[in-house]
Amino acid sequence: MGVDILVESLNAWYGTTHTLQDINLRIPANHATALIGPSGCGKSTFVRCLNRMHETNPDARATGMVRMGEIDIYKDASPVEIRRRVGMVFQRPNPFPTMSIYDNVISGLKLNGFRNRRILDETVERSLKQAALWEEVKDDLKKKSGASLSGGQQQRLCIARAVAVDPEVLLMDEPASALDPVSTSKIEDLIFHLKAQYTIVIVTHNMQQAARVAENTGFFLSGKMVEFDSTHKIFTNPRDKRTEDYITGRFG
Amino acid sequence: MTSEPTPQTLIPAPQLQISPEKLTSARSESEPSAVRLFLNSRGSSGLADQGFAALMLLCACSIFAIVGFIFVILVLRSRLSLAQFGSHFFTHTGWDPVSGDFGAFPFIYGTLVSSLLALLIAVPLALGVAIFITELCPRRLKAPISFLTELLAAIPSVVYGLWAVFVLVPIMRDQLGPFLVKYLGWTHLFEGANFGVGLLTASIILAIMILPIISSLTRDIMQAVPNSQREAVLALGATRWEMIRIGVLRNSRIGIVGAVMLGLGRALGETMAVTMVIGNHPEVPHSLFAPGYTLASVIANEFSEATGDLYLSALIEIGLALFLVTIVVNAIARLMVWAVTRGAPARIS
Repeated sequence: MGVDILVESLNAWYGTTHTLQDINLRIPANHATALIGPSGCGKSTFVRCLNRMHETNPDARATGMVRMGEIDIYKDASPVEIRRRVGMVFQRPNPFPTMSIYDNVISGLKLNGFRNRRILDETVERSLKQAALWEEVKDDLKKKSGASLSGGQQQRLCIARAVAVDPEVLLMDEPASALDPVSTSKIEDLIFHLKAQYTIVIVTHNMQQAARVAENTGFFLSGKMVEFDSTHKIFTNPRDKRTEDYITGRFG
Repeated sequence: MTSEPTPQTLIPAPQLQISPEKLTSARSESEPSAVRLFLNSRGSSGLADQGFAALMLLCACSIFAIVGFIFVILVLRSRLSLAQFGSHFFTHTGWDPVSGDFGAFPFIYGTLVSSLLALLIAVPLALGVAIFITELCPRRLKAPISFLTELLAAIPSVVYGLWAVFVLVPIMRDQLGPFLVKYLGWTHLFEGANFGVGLLTASIILAIMILPIISSLTRDIMQAVPNSQREAVLALGATRWEMIRIGVLRNSRIGIVGAVMLGLGRALGETMAVTMVIGNHPEVPHSLFAPGYTLASVIANEFSEATGDLYLSALIEIGLALFLVTIVVNAIARLMVWAVTRGAPARIS
């Protein structure tokens, strides 16, 4: 089951650039939350702060509080522990090219020393079904490598890999931006189904996508969160003029 | 429906600075631009392209020609010894120029053992250096360390040999040797008198010499692994070492084997430094302390004093043996790479 995420006065820097400025918000459990905004507004940095990937860059720094369920992720746990609880799907599909499809899906489990064959087999089937990839690959799970799939299939494989560890939160950084419309709609369907089980945070450039999959939407602009509300409200009756300008396409 | 609606009726056309009619009329009235005239006058360029391809083919063929030429000369010049000893030459132990008894086995053995031992020492070290530089090193230290490793490769081998004679040999004799006897004596690899010169000393100096090649190539290969692979592993909750193992080493394993092979190639053929510390004794030693001999060092040591046609011919056959050893070792390595990577393409998207 997913958990709530509570963010309080989160600030992040790359070198001397203040990429995130005093972000406060509450992301409800078992819902999909979309983050929109023009390129470079800090929305990717924001999701990368939620699983502490931000700090893997040597120039990067973050302060503030992020509470996931009962845990303050910057205080109570190591980055490794956090990332075991939080799955992430990146903008460009990044399956492991030297592993079979099967090994790709269970890589997160194997990494942490999980060895039970029967459960591994079940996990592969469940995750690939959740990622709507099972029917396409079930006959060559161990024969084909992760790199031999098409771009859209690779991204669904990455989603399967992320959900295989049964995370509490699933972060998606523009998961469909490199994909064709058919793959995109498959991934949107997927998000729609997955949010029953996980807290999903999805960064997107595509406002229709945000409207289709997310209950709540946050609008970011130059490192600040301008507005956070239900998706319906954001797209029909935004409070802030800048949000309205962005969603009507007047800038960005 | 009689006519399809024009796109303009569906989507308002963007405001053009100049209307389309004006654009086309401007085109037809004026002369083609200088750039267009120049490009149109350029012809098909087919000849240049074919010429380039032929030239590159010639370069590629020269490799085959050189290898073939060396092989033919080695066989021709060693035909006396080939006729006298036949294939027995490669398995025979004994090297007595005075009585005309020649066998290459001690040299083949010395070459293989010293090179493989050198790899055993150098590869873990080189991987460690490469991992440190690409994954762990603070950015300020990166350039100096890389520069120093490359500098090691530029030192002439005779200098390594001198250093080994004055520094490594005493250490081997007085400190490292007794230590190995005390703690690893049970392996029976470290027996007999230890004078400081011998197979192990040669292997250590070889390891130092091939370290820079392997580590700088490995470093380049690891740096070429896309960051998205590292992030993929980290996001699954990997520790730094697990990230390096799965995200970096696994993706660059073919390149690493290639780097190791280049190092091995250098170790097999290395002459000067080895000659100075291996002891130059044509026997098959059972202890790593015992002096040995390599194919390359026996040629370097004895070529100038080889009196008699059979002696000279035997030395050239030693060269042939070195040539064959190098080819066989490389072939085995290729086979290993092929066996490991079969079925799993190493492409990184």
